[in-house]
Amino acid sequence: MSNPVFERIKQQIEADEVVLYMKGTPVFPQCGFSAGAVQVLTHLGVKFQSYNVLEDPELRQGLKEFGDWPTFPQLYVKGELLGGFDILRDMYESGELQQHLREKGIAFSEAA
Amino acid sequence: MAMTAGELERLIREAFPDAEVKIEDLAGDGNHYRATVISAAFRGRTRLQQHQMVYRALGGRMGDELHALALRTLTPAGEEN
Repeated sequence: MSNPVFERIKQQIEADEVVLYMKGTPVFPQCGFSAGAVQVLTHLGVKFQSYNVLEDPELRQGLKEFGDWPTFPQLYVKGELLGGFDILRDMYESGELQQHLREKGIAFSEAA
Repeated sequence: MAMTAGELERLIREAFPDAEVKIEDLAGDGNHYRATVISAAFRGRTRLQQHQMVYRALGGRMGDELHALALRTLTPAGEEN
């Protein structure tokens, strides 16, 4: 793990419980999948920190290697990569995401 | 940059010789596909690891040449874990 940007990523995913690396911002997502991830998290009322990889090419490339995941969005929960939009949506629909959040002690609105 | 369904299938088959592979073109622009891959190689792996295995089979083309790939990975018994 010699890549200098890995240090930066580690700090970011440890600084917040839920971190979403996305294209664009929650208010102005630049890609349908990133927008979808924001919708799932917002619908569940999960507090999350987002980073716009379109404004940070070094972070964007570093994340692909760090998480061995080539696309965005990428969701990290308690420092662990959960996956991209496919996995996030499948987990949400099956209730696995809610279960995962409970296990990790992350607040969300059970009504969702 | 785009990729044909045939090339996508070929890449996946090369990495998963035993696999059953179904490619659906979602947008007709060579950039949005859904791939269903059924292989014994997925047994005992998390869904994240299974998807990472498929992305590795695409050898870095994912995200550059291919914008969106919806993945469904299954083990031969058909259970989707």
